[in-house]
Amino acid sequence: MSATTTTNPPEQSPQRAAFELKGSLFTLTIFYLQSSDLAVITQHLRDKIAQAPGFFCHAPVVIDLNDLHDPVDFTALVALLRQYQLIPVGIRHGSEAQSTAALAAGLPLLPKQRAVKRPDTAPEPQAPEKPLRKYTRTRVYSKPVRSGQQLYAPDGDLIIIGTVSGGAEVLAAGHVHVYGSLRGRALAGVHGDNHARIFCSSLEAELVSVAGNYRILEKPSDIAKLHQPVQIYLESERLMIRPLT
Amino acid sequence: MARVIVVTSGKGGVGKTTTSASFAAGLALRDFKTVVIDFDVGLRNLDLIMGCERRVVYDFVNVINGEANLNQALIKDKRLSNLYILPASQTRDKEALTHEGVEIVIEELKKRFDYIICDSPAGIEHGAHIAMYFADDALVTTNPEVSSVRDSDRILGLIASRSRRAINNEEPVQELLVLTRYDSERVERGDMLALDDVLEILGIPLLGVIPESQTVLLASNEGVPVILNERSDAGHAYADMVARYLGEERPHRFLTHRKNFLRRMFGG
Ligand SMILES: Nc1ncnc2c1ncn2[C@@H]1O[C@H](COP(=O)(O)OP(=O)(O)OP(=O)(O)O)[C@@H](O)[C@H]1O
Ligand SMILES: [Mg+2]
Repeated sequence: MSATTTTNPPEQSPQRAAFELKGSLFTLTIFYLQSSDLAVITQHLRDKIAQAPGFFCHAPVVIDLNDLHDPVDFTALVALLRQYQLIPVGIRHGSEAQSTAALAAGLPLLPKQRAVKRPDTAPEPQAPEKPLRKYTRTRVYSKPVRSGQQLYAPDGDLIIIGTVSGGAEVLAAGHVHVYGSLRGRALAGVHGDNHARIFCSSLEAELVSVAGNYRILEKPSDIAKLHQPVQIYLESERLMIRPLT
Repeated sequence: MARVIVVTSGKGGVGKTTTSASFAAGLALRDFKTVVIDFDVGLRNLDLIMGCERRVVYDFVNVINGEANLNQALIKDKRLSNLYILPASQTRDKEALTHEGVEIVIEELKKRFDYIICDSPAGIEHGAHIAMYFADDALVTTNPEVSSVRDSDRILGLIASRSRRAINNEEPVQELLVLTRYDSERVERGDMLALDDVLEILGIPLLGVIPESQTVLLASNEGVPVILNERSDAGHAYADMVARYLGEERPHRFLTHRKNFLRRMFGG
């Protein structure tokens, strides 16, 4: 190889910048870490994946350290989570030592939540200023929901007049109604409402979930219900699938 | 008023370019001034199938960059006087197709042509997006198998949400199914999805069913759109499809394999 090589400048289009920066808001899954023991975490992840393979399929998560004061090996933790198809994007509520270690492992620090509340602790009693059940808007969608689309009703019910294709996902804080075939995933009560239900004209879904209790439909007893109008609801933590007629 | 028609699929290798060439030639045969644009920058193919690869001097990217004007880049088909080809560049990448640049070219073509056919690249990225963005009609090209149908469904979602008509809240893009490489024998054996299965999943109107046919490969090797081969069943299916697009009623042939059987018997 000769000592003098000529290199051509890379091709450029002069009128276009290479990138743009914009702020945006996202809803992310929070991973409340309660143990720094990787073996314990692994076991737990395994159980979850066994219940629903692919459920967390490359979901970005934020590691919350509010409940954990031990030091954490973040490099190992990141590798572990990625192995189980969770992608950590940052941490929050870490102690000073935890935050330093996280930064060193390449995990950014996300801002603290104002009132730190665990999801399963009872809500603090509040003065009943507003009526208990406030009016929420139902989202009505009257086109097919195609593969790769996600439809979300963040504070009410979701009504879809059309089919939900395989590979599509519909989510609601309240009920999900599908007046068509449900072939993709449907998640009702995504903020934890146990009374939320899923209704559909023909059940062919990949996954259904009410308040985080999910089920993939592959068992023979589930498949017997396929192609039928059904409702899906929780009965003492068990997900029930019942014909509508 | 000119219409812009995208031929798209999501999945690769399903027959978009074959369909673009024959559909464009079919419209030109019906005396419409037609241009077919190759959006597959970097993997240009359309010029081969149209048999004009030796006449490409300037291309779509040159026009967008102002290095050539449309008259220099448009290639007149040697068989059909109403048909023009705007070839893709083989040496650039898809990012060279800017929204503004493509818009200017399409608006200019609309003044000169009745139909503008856009042969989309595979995938759901920039190249496929820009090809469908300006469309009035979409020919969703699908093979009778699960992965192709899933990808077509995905593309339909993008057309419904990210095309210019969707973004401007105009009347939606007209979506039409073109089921290609339909092998009725394999469908009857259950190896491939039947037409009804595909229609149920995609839920859009059927424009045509194109049978699997050896004549397609022969036609593309010769650089002649298969619709111009009068002895080809695929060619006949494309001719029916053009007629239906123009509002004529044509029964769907090629759905059962009795015909294949006869053809094999008599070597047609
Ligand atoms: N009806 C048919 N019968 C038999 N072969 C076909 C048929 N239609 C297309 N083919 C063959 O399938 C292959 C792919 O076709 P074509 O290039 O048109 O697909 P495409 O969707 O444009 O591909 P790409 O995604 O790479 O652009 C070619 O070899 C072509 O000859
Ligand atoms: Mg092609």
